[in-house]
Amino acid sequence: MAQAVAASAHDAHDPHATNTGVSNFKLGFWVFLASECLFFGTLISTYMVYKGSALEGPYPTDLFDIIKTTISTTVLLFSSLAMVLALHYVHEARKNLAILWLFAVIAMGGTFLVMEYFSYIKYIGYGLTIGSSTFGSSYFVLTGTHKAHVAVGMIWMGILAWRLHKGKIPPSKSDQVEVAGLYWHFVDIIWIVIFTLVYLIP
Amino acid sequence: MSTATIEHAPAGHGAHTEPTGLWSWITTVDHKRIAIMYFLAATFFFFVGGVEALLIRIQLWNPEQAIFSAELYNQLFTMHGTTMVFLVAMPMAVAFFNYVVPLQIGARDVAFPRLNALSFWIFLFGGIYINLGWFIGAAPHASWVGYATLTSNAYSPGFNTDFWFIGLSIIGIASIAGGVNFITTIVNMRAPGMKMMRMPLFTWMTFVTSFLLITAIPVIAVALIFLGFDRTFGSVFFDPSMGGDPVLWQHLFWIFGHPEVYILILPSFGVISDVIPTFSKKPLFGYPIVVYAGILIGFIGWGVWSHHMFTTGLGPIADSFFVAATMIIAIPTGVKIFNWIATMWGGTIRFTTAMLFCVGLLVVFTVGGLSGIMHAAAPITLQQHDSYFVVAHFHYVIVGGAMMGLWAGLYYWFPKVTGRLLNETLGKWHFWTTMVGFNLTFFPMHFSGLYGMPRRIYTYSADLNVDLFNQLATIGAFIFGVSALIMVWNLWHSARKGEKAGANPWEAATLEWSIPSPPHHYNFPELPVVRSREPLWNDGEREEVLAATMLEPETEPVMPVPSYWPILLALSITVAWGLVMTGIWWVIVLGIIPVFFCTLMWAFQPAFPEGH
Repeated sequence: MAQAVAASAHDAHDPHATNTGVSNFKLGFWVFLASECLFFGTLISTYMVYKGSALEGPYPTDLFDIIKTTISTTVLLFSSLAMVLALHYVHEARKNLAILWLFAVIAMGGTFLVMEYFSYIKYIGYGLTIGSSTFGSSYFVLTGTHKAHVAVGMIWMGILAWRLHKGKIPPSKSDQVEVAGLYWHFVDIIWIVIFTLVYLIP
Repeated sequence: MSTATIEHAPAGHGAHTEPTGLWSWITTVDHKRIAIMYFLAATFFFFVGGVEALLIRIQLWNPEQAIFSAELYNQLFTMHGTTMVFLVAMPMAVAFFNYVVPLQIGARDVAFPRLNALSFWIFLFGGIYINLGWFIGAAPHASWVGYATLTSNAYSPGFNTDFWFIGLSIIGIASIAGGVNFITTIVNMRAPGMKMMRMPLFTWMTFVTSFLLITAIPVIAVALIFLGFDRTFGSVFFDPSMGGDPVLWQHLFWIFGHPEVYILILPSFGVISDVIPTFSKKPLFGYPIVVYAGILIGFIGWGVWSHHMFTTGLGPIADSFFVAATMIIAIPTGVKIFNWIATMWGGTIRFTTAMLFCVGLLVVFTVGGLSGIMHAAAPITLQQHDSYFVVAHFHYVIVGGAMMGLWAGLYYWFPKVTGRLLNETLGKWHFWTTMVGFNLTFFPMHFSGLYGMPRRIYTYSADLNVDLFNQLATIGAFIFGVSALIMVWNLWHSARKGEKAGANPWEAATLEWSIPSPPHHYNFPELPVVRSREPLWNDGEREEVLAATMLEPETEPVMPVPSYWPILLALSITVAWGLVMTGIWWVIVLGIIPVFFCTLMWAFQPAFPEGH
C-alpha cells in the first residue's frame, strides 16, 4: 500500500482500514446474517401457524422420531466445535490440521444430511408430502431450506480446504475461514431453533 | 494532513486514467458509473410504467368504455404498480445512494464494489424478466400485491404470475445485497472525523433504508418462495381447500410492504434534508431530531402493516393496535416536516428547481400524509378501502413524496455527476408541469373514491357520476407525461451543452462538493479530515478539506479492478430462477451449475490489482 500520498499522518489510503476495526467482509457478513434471521424467522413462523392446521394426516405427532433427530442434531452441533478448531489452526498456520478439521465439519454436516434424508423418505412413506397438507408444505420448505444451507456450507468448507492446501490462506487472511465459520454457526443455531420448535414441542 | 503534497494542487480536471467504451461500463465496479446505470435504467422503466398509466387513464376516460379488455387492463395496472415500485422508485433511490453516499462520507468506493455491480445487473435482468410477459401476451395480472388466491394455478393458470414471482424474487437479491453493502460502507468507511452524528442526512437516511431493506426483503422473499412452491411443486400454502390461509399471504406481503413504503420515502427525506439547508443558507434545524425521527420511522414502520388489512377482519384488538401504531408514526414524520420549515424560516432562500421540488414535496406530501391519517382510523378505512381514495393517497405520498424528493436530488447532484448544470428554465417547466399534472391527476381521485369508484376495475358505471373526475385525471396524467418528457430533454440537452459547473455550484456544505465535478474515479486523492457537520461552511476547516480533496496525487490511489463476473453471475442467477418456470426439477438443478461456477470464479478473482 505504499503510495505517494503515504506522507499523510493517517492511514486513510489503506483500503483495508475501517472505522470499526472489523473488516468489511466480516461486518457485511454479520449484516447478511441479520437478513437471514428474518428469512428463517418467516419460515419458522409460517410453520408454527400451519403445524396444527393440517386437514388430514399424517400429523406431526405421528411422525417425528425424537431419538434419531436428537442424534442428527448432536452430530450437527458438534460440527461447530470442528469449525472452531479449524479456525484455530488457521490462526496458528498449521494448515494440515485446519484442513483435517474442515473435513470433519464436512463429514458431520454430511452425516446430518444423510440422516435427515432417510427421515424424509420415512415421512414420505407415511404419506406426508409437500402437497399433502399445510403441515407438509411448511415442514418440507422450512427444513429443506435449512438443508440447502447446510449443503452450501459444506461446499464452502471444501473450497476453503482446497485453498488452504494450496497455501492461499495464511493467518493474515483467516477472515475467509472465520466468515465461513460465522455462516456455519448460524446454520447450526437455526437448527437449534428448528429442533426445539418443530421436534421438541409437541 | 500532508503539507508537502499540497503543492501539486492545480485542481480541476486531472488526468482520468479511467477506461472508456461499452466494455468498461459492463465490467465497471465504480460506484459512480453503477449509479448512472441505475439512474438510466430506472428512467427507462419510469417511461414503461408511465405509458401503462396513460393507457389506464385512456381506458377510464368514459364510463363503460372497452378500449382494452378487462384481462389486458389487469395486466396494465399490475405492471404499472410493480414497475413503479420495484423498477423505478427503489432503483432511482439506489442510484442516489450509489453516487452520493461514498462522496458524502469521504470514501473511495462502497465496501463491496463487485457486489454493487452485481446488484445493478440483477435488478436490470430481473426488471426485464418481469416485463418479458408482455411479449407473449401474459404479463402479470394479479395486482402488485398479488393476493392469494388470485395468484394460484386455479385462478392464474398461464405464465403471468410466474413472471411476477420469479422476477420479483430475482430483484430481491439485488436489494438485500445493496442493503448489506451500504450498511457496511457507512459503518466502516467514513473519512477521518466523519462521526455518525456528522454525517449528512442523506447518508443517514440511506443507512436507515438499508436496514429496512435487509429486514423487509427476506419476508417477501419467503412469501414468493411459498407462492412459487404452490404454483410449481404443488404445495398448499395458500390453498384454502387444503387448510391453507390466504390471509397469511396478506400478512407476509404487508410485513414487507409497509417497511417498503418507508424504503421508498426515507431516501427522499434524506435528499431534501440536504437540499433545503443548502438553498436556505442555514444548517438543518434540529439535526439530531431529524436523524432520530428518521430512525423512529424505520422502527415504527415495522409495526403498522395490518392497517392495510382492516377489512380482512382481524378483530378489534388487532385493529386497535394498528390504528394506534399508525397514528404514532405520523409524529416523527410531522416532526421532520416542521424541521424543514424551520430550516427555511429566516434563511436566505434561493428558489432553484431543486428547492422548488423540495417545497412542492412539503405541500403535496402533507396532503398525502393527511389522507394517510384518515386511513389510520379503521372505521373510515372500511369505507375507503379499495376505492380511488386510496389510489389518491398513495400517489400523493409516493409520487409527491418519494419521486419529488428524488427529482430535487436530480437537479441538485446532476452538476456533480456531469460537470454541467441542468437548465433552470426547463427545470422550472418540469416542476410546474409536474405540480399541475400531478395534482390534476390525483386530487380528483379523492372524490371519485368517496363517490364509490372501486380501484382495479377496468371500467365504471355511468350512475356513479364520476366521469368528470376521471376526465380531469386523464388530462392531468398527460400533462404529467409531458413533464417527464421535459425532464428527459433537459437531461439530454444539459449533459452536453449545459452551463459548466464548478466543484461547488450551490455553495453547499458537505464533502461531495469539495471534489471536482465530475469527480476522479478514485473520488478523493487524499481522504479529508472532517471536524463538523458543515465542513465547507466553516472557515479554516474548508481550506484544510480542499487541500486534501483538490490535490493532484503523483500516484493515483489503488482502485478495485473491473470484473465481468458480476454481470455473468447476475445473468446466470436470472436464468436459473427463470428455469423454475419449467417445473422440472433436474432442469432447475442444471440451472444452478452456472451460478455456482460464476460465484467461484468471482471469489477467486482478486478484488485489487496484483501486489495490493
